[in-house]
Amino acid sequence: MAQKLDYLKETPSQTAGPYVHIGLSPGDAGFEIYSQELGRDIAGPNARGERIRVEGVVIDGTGAPIKDVLLEVWQANADGIHAHPEHPGKVEEGFRGWGRVITDFETGKWGFDTIKPGPVPGRHGIIQAPHINLWIVARGINLGLNTRVYFEDEEIANASDPVITTIEWEHRRQTLIAARSMRDGKPVYRFDIRIQGEDETVFFDI
Amino acid sequence: MKKPAEFYQRDRRWHPPAFARDYKTSVARSPQYAAISLENTISEITGPTFGHNDIDPIDNDLLSNFAQADQSPIGERIIVHGRVLDENARPVPNTLVEIWQANASGRYRHKKDTYLGALDPNFGGCGRTLTDTDGYYYFRTIKPGAYPWRNWVNDWRPAHIHVSVFGSGFAQRLITQLYFEGDPLIAKCPIVNTIPDPQAVEQLIAVLDMNATIPLDTIAYKFDIVLRGRRSTLFENRLEGN
Repeated sequence: MAQKLDYLKETPSQTAGPYVHIGLSPGDAGFEIYSQELGRDIAGPNARGERIRVEGVVIDGTGAPIKDVLLEVWQANADGIHAHPEHPGKVEEGFRGWGRVITDFETGKWGFDTIKPGPVPGRHGIIQAPHINLWIVARGINLGLNTRVYFEDEEIANASDPVITTIEWEHRRQTLIAARSMRDGKPVYRFDIRIQGEDETVFFDI
Repeated sequence: MKKPAEFYQRDRRWHPPAFARDYKTSVARSPQYAAISLENTISEITGPTFGHNDIDPIDNDLLSNFAQADQSPIGERIIVHGRVLDENARPVPNTLVEIWQANASGRYRHKKDTYLGALDPNFGGCGRTLTDTDGYYYFRTIKPGAYPWRNWVNDWRPAHIHVSVFGSGFAQRLITQLYFEGDPLIAKCPIVNTIPDPQAVEQLIAVLDMNATIPLDTIAYKFDIVLRGRRSTLFENRLEGN
């Protein structure tokens, strides 16, 4: 018999369930308990770059919006730097790059305000197009789903992005591209997530 | 400063699959297509960091963080404690652990929960804390009650506490559920049974820990959490493209 490897096994995932808000967003569950809820301000007041809103709905395999989703956001600043000690460089005071939002209980709509991230270094020196990492949990989702938001007005960068171009089916790449419009003079990117079926959003095993 | 290094691949046969027929809600909420495998970039290796300015010291004490002065929630007083480690058994320090749960009656303080079990005016049901430099965390709370749910007609969740943990990179992000040693509902639960391997289920069962119990005061359960490990070598030497 060979020797045994002594790695531990990762703790298995379980669904976040329908009452995820109690733990991660208690104000939305209906009670105030913490002096501050986390993830409410992604970019902070000092961040350079274009102020944008990203919004959408999450749709299940029957075509209905899912109304008990929690999404977390992770992104770089306008210079392409993440607020993390392992990413060389500095971010603006107050820039966290992380956020947490839920879908509206009645409509299923979600949205967050942030700044548009800059291009981020990829592997082997290839630059990645500007993108926002999303992590999606909900009742019925057994392991959090990872996807990325890209921007339709970054056509040239998207065309050479090493992650987008990894997706063999070119028509599926479109599911990661948020559509830009203007509302009250402010850019809004629409990013609907289809969990299952026609035009299913690309999810990543990261 | 540590060098960026990628995380070990997630063992998706150890985790529950997206589609698990007996957990009915997963049927329409599971992707049909395979996930696209993505080698880690700095976007996945990094993740949010938290500090003591983000939370209050009382946040990990569910016995008092929602109770009126001089009052306590009703239920079995317990300590839940353990360490957050990675697959290399290294502690994960200063990471945010968040929990939420029902009260002793199995009732959640949530506007969408309509179960007959009564709310407890002194119990909120959420807590959060940062692991210390050895990866250690603890909460004080009451043991949650079992809870009926609309899956099959007579399905009841075992007593459980939801647990959310970050780690050092976004790729380690994890939400799971803690169950209690000896609970006969564990084996019957379609959510528990989304996990294919019985050994993986064992990993979610907190064990009674008499050594950590405070006599005449509070019973203790131990629950260690393991996050993805990472290579000790730099995954490439041209991360910045030079």
